[in-house]
Amino acid sequence: MALTEDATAKSDSALDEDEHVAQRLGRGPWTSFKRGVRSLELDTRLFGMIAGLLVIWIGFHVISGGTFLTPRNLWNLTVQTSVVAIMATGMVLIIVSRNIDLSVGSMLGFVGMIMALLQAEWLPQIFGFDQWYTWIIVLVAGLLVGGLIGLIQGAVVAYAAVPSFIVTLGGLLIWRGLAWVLASGRTIAPMDSTFQLLGGGARGSVGGTVSWIIGALACVVIVLLLSSRRRTRLKFGFRVRPLWADIALMVFGIAVVLVAVWFLNRYFMPEGLAAQYAAERGIEVPEGGLEIPFGIANPVLIAIATAIVVTFIATKRRFGRYVYSIGGNPEAAALAGIKTKRTIAMTFMLMGVLVGLAAAVQIARLNSATSGLGTLQELYVIAAAVIGGTSLAGGVGTIFGAVLGALVMQSLQSGMVLVGIETALQDVVVGVVLILAVAADVVYRRRQST
Amino acid sequence: MSPEHGSPSPLVEMREMRVSFGGVHAVDGVSIDLFPGEVLALVGGNGAGKSTLIKTLSGALRPDSGQILVNGEVAHIEDPIDAKAHGIETIYQTLALAENIDAAGNMFLGRELTTGVGNLDDSAMEDATRKIMARLNPKFENFKAPVASLSGGQRQSVAIARAVHFNARILIMDEPTAALGPAETEQVRQLIRQLKRENIGIILISHDIHDVFDLADRISVMLQGELVGTVNREDVSIDDVLGMIIVGKLPGELTKSELADLHG
Repeated sequence: MALTEDATAKSDSALDEDEHVAQRLGRGPWTSFKRGVRSLELDTRLFGMIAGLLVIWIGFHVISGGTFLTPRNLWNLTVQTSVVAIMATGMVLIIVSRNIDLSVGSMLGFVGMIMALLQAEWLPQIFGFDQWYTWIIVLVAGLLVGGLIGLIQGAVVAYAAVPSFIVTLGGLLIWRGLAWVLASGRTIAPMDSTFQLLGGGARGSVGGTVSWIIGALACVVIVLLLSSRRRTRLKFGFRVRPLWADIALMVFGIAVVLVAVWFLNRYFMPEGLAAQYAAERGIEVPEGGLEIPFGIANPVLIAIATAIVVTFIATKRRFGRYVYSIGGNPEAAALAGIKTKRTIAMTFMLMGVLVGLAAAVQIARLNSATSGLGTLQELYVIAAAVIGGTSLAGGVGTIFGAVLGALVMQSLQSGMVLVGIETALQDVVVGVVLILAVAADVVYRRRQST
Repeated sequence: MSPEHGSPSPLVEMREMRVSFGGVHAVDGVSIDLFPGEVLALVGGNGAGKSTLIKTLSGALRPDSGQILVNGEVAHIEDPIDAKAHGIETIYQTLALAENIDAAGNMFLGRELTTGVGNLDDSAMEDATRKIMARLNPKFENFKAPVASLSGGQRQSVAIARAVHFNARILIMDEPTAALGPAETEQVRQLIRQLKRENIGIILISHDIHDVFDLADRISVMLQGELVGTVNREDVSIDDVLGMIIVGKLPGELTKSELADLHG
């Protein structure tokens, strides 16, 4: 008791002291800069990550002799990031609630195999090949199977109180084994022609014009979100950022979106493909060839949409609030009347649905499924969440951070491929970066809490 | 139950409550009651069963047997939601705050305000929190910070605000001043007096015998899971209550040597 009193008193006086020191030192340019930054109410941690990402990009660009920051490479990077990013959004909620899901890689393999068998063997026997609705049945089945598996694992974790580490470690073995059993180790191919569009590629991208429309919509959403937030806070008489700060943020967001779309739209179809595309649509090929942009790839749009939806669930719905409160203090959540077990089971179910979605993208992209599909993916997904600032102690983590984390990891990997680092060393680097990222995070949080 | 002349019927009656953990009787046939506008102090040494007893009232724990009546009617309290539905709010010794969430989030935890389509209405919750804080702790400013970054007193005011905001009729306070400095302790005492005037019934668990004598109308003493007795504060001295806490005997039952031991 005496101890807590001391601690409280100390932290109070420490705070006062900081203020005094600041006052004594006066407001130098550095102080006023810091004040300016603070008035933006930004997540400095997030900006650190974005800075880190830029360092990685520019670093590889220089080392590789200018081949990293090309539309082609970045376009591929976005597609490669999608699968891990989709799953990482769910993993954030799992880890925030003080759990872990080690089974997502194996689940991806199992659910992917079911979806592959459905469209390549089971459904065609009934309806024939290449029906327009095949992809819908397959996708819905995948999401359901994923959700069901997640629910089963989550129920065992929540209601039987078996640690999630063990349940999902078991799941890792079980689903991998069953993926093999399903197809006796065969490779299942090809995928339904419509279903393949989920995986990207020339046809599975939205094209230049639609990309610009999506970009424009994103800009409108940025403006609306920021201004409506400002209006609500003003209505209640709360403190708001200075107007210039809100506008600066708006401009920055819009700039990022427009530059990204412009850059991705600079990735053009190869000549042969462009000619074929032109012929199909009756476009005349002008002198000097056609420049037909791929546009944003479908998997990237799926990942972005997933991130938006899960962010919404995490921050604007009761369920999300409960997940975070359980991570912060499980006992307090229970005393507040929250059905903690149900909430935990639901996070695993959501994770399962997202694994189903990721599996669809993955098999569509590969145009096949093997029993080894998704091997080791759980580690990349967990790493993405953790690099993105999700604390394994629970209670802390953002979806956007995890998506950035996935992008950081993928950038490292494809950068190393580009520079010609051998596979074994790539793993070493990724491992070291993971540890460094978390170490930096621990230091950052310690500084913040004192 | 025998309400005194002219006094209203009890807000809460707990009859013959029993809770055991693996054969150990943590609470063994305890009956207490609480009237509107009254502070009932629940005292006893460590492990006397005070916290266990009130947890059956706040819904955190299900008793093995016993009956709870609220306003004279049998109340089935299975979980914290049931308790809150009966107007029973609890401030736990641990405060029971989610450290990673801000003041408004904690205040409305489990009872969030939502917009028409079920989205969290953060602004409305912050607004309500600011209003109640202006009353309880005008110096409180960190509305956007996770409560982990608040001082002990500020966290306490969040926990208290949560209990008071939802029109509690019965308030359970488990060691509300244990982690506070003198000024903040005085604030809590003021608050208790104010709530009393608003006719709220308060069960106060405290180790601080001065708190108890300062605030309580009646004092129930527990020892080893059993109720030693309930006395009116005006009828007893601090020594009498200490005797009940330590020896487990009512005033007048103490022998001379026991009295001498107490002052040892």
